[in-house]
Amino acid sequence: MADEPNVPASGTPAPKPAAKPAPPSVPPGLAGKTTSAAAAPRRPAAKKKVEDDTSPLLSRRGWIGLAWGSFTAASAAGLAATGRFMFPNVLNEPPQQFRIGFPDEYAPGVDERWKDRFGVWIVRTPSDMVQEAAGFYALLVTCTHLGCTPNWLSAEDKFKCPCHGSGFRPTGINFEGPAPRPLERARIVLAEDGQILVDKAQKFQFELGQWADPESFLRV
Amino acid sequence: MADTKTVAPKEGALERSWNWLTETQIWKSVFRHNAPITDRNRVLVVLSNVFLHLHPVRIRKSGVRLRYTWCMGGLSFFLFLTLTFTGVLLMFYYRPTLEYAYTDIVGLREHVPLGIMREMHRWGAHAMVITVWLHMFRVFMTGSYKPPREFNWNVGVIMLVLTLLLSFTGYLLPWDQLAIWAITVGSNMARATPFLGYEGPGASLLALGDVQLIHAADDARFALLGGTFVGEGALLRFYVLHCVGLPLAIAVLMAVHFWRVRKDGGISGPL
Repeated sequence: MADEPNVPASGTPAPKPAAKPAPPSVPPGLAGKTTSAAAAPRRPAAKKKVEDDTSPLLSRRGWIGLAWGSFTAASAAGLAATGRFMFPNVLNEPPQQFRIGFPDEYAPGVDERWKDRFGVWIVRTPSDMVQEAAGFYALLVTCTHLGCTPNWLSAEDKFKCPCHGSGFRPTGINFEGPAPRPLERARIVLAEDGQILVDKAQKFQFELGQWADPESFLRV
Repeated sequence: MADTKTVAPKEGALERSWNWLTETQIWKSVFRHNAPITDRNRVLVVLSNVFLHLHPVRIRKSGVRLRYTWCMGGLSFFLFLTLTFTGVLLMFYYRPTLEYAYTDIVGLREHVPLGIMREMHRWGAHAMVITVWLHMFRVFMTGSYKPPREFNWNVGVIMLVLTLLLSFTGYLLPWDQLAIWAITVGSNMARATPFLGYEGPGASLLALGDVQLIHAADDARFALLGGTFVGEGALLRFYVLHCVGLPLAIAVLMAVHFWRVRKDGGISGPL
């Protein structure tokens, strides 16, 4: 009953004004509910409200729109914050880049000492299949089939994955089981202090020809 | 006057106290209707009870025929209640940390009275996956997914997925080799999520210049595991999802599911 008269021009009084000229057939008791013209003089309180509605800032409809808009925006921000909450800023995981000691600490063959801590095998070879030189490479311990960790079986001279039976040569080349491609190698270089530095953030894949990259193999 | 005494209703002490009890305000506030011995009272009892009102007021004869329903929906619900009960009991002993998770599971078998509780939870979980599938199969074979029940079919499909997720998240909690590697393999699928998995199609399109927005430490798999591999974060996240998040979601949907059965005309009849 309050929002018809004196609505500012900005507010769009779409449906109500049609009903404003009260049809003569409306009984007197209902007239107050459908037309404010009858209600306003009877109830001063309602009239005061009407004056509020003429606030120069926004119409009532405008205010409600603003409230819903703010509520929607706040809800969306809350949802986004909840999503962001699931991604911590600090991770208690082993570093991607680490020093593993000096080259002369390693005998030829597959070395397992960093497998658990950093997730790499360090292999020292007299002659690499791609680089055709003596040196080191770091194999990632993640099976290329579905991501389990293979075991190094020194007696059989191969890596064998316990999950689905994939087998890999010491070079990392797959030769049995479902693994579709060789193990990946990590970046391996000499640090300035002479230690070997392994960087798992940079990976080299055989099938992409990346094992020829100088940083995928440390010549010694 | 002496005669009237013998004619009066024979009220023993038991009957009197029963009459008194059923007239108290407490009793009347709990039991709003008379005994459900008439059709009208039966309907009123069902309608005014928050638990019963989810259930159809009347059930057609075929609705209780085992050959028609296999009771698979009811069994799924029963198993859910069993799993909730045993699961809450297990939570009194189980700690979801790398240090304790496995030994607590062993302790539940070896050190806790009724070590069968954990086995009930485990076998109940397997059984629920089976009954939910069979329920879906029955609903499909009886054509009960057809309008007006197509909405409820979709609610059911979502609950099937939630059941499988409950099974998947519970799988990790014993923290043995099987659990760790099964979840490693399973969660690696999330790497291939379109756009949101860092190995998925379209993920490489989401980049600002040279900076990839989706990488191993912020993709869908990371959100699931709370890390880049199955470790401490994954155990805790799966625990919370398994014990709180997923059960809440499926409980709400179960209420909707049962309510829709009622509103869509009760259990469907034979074709």
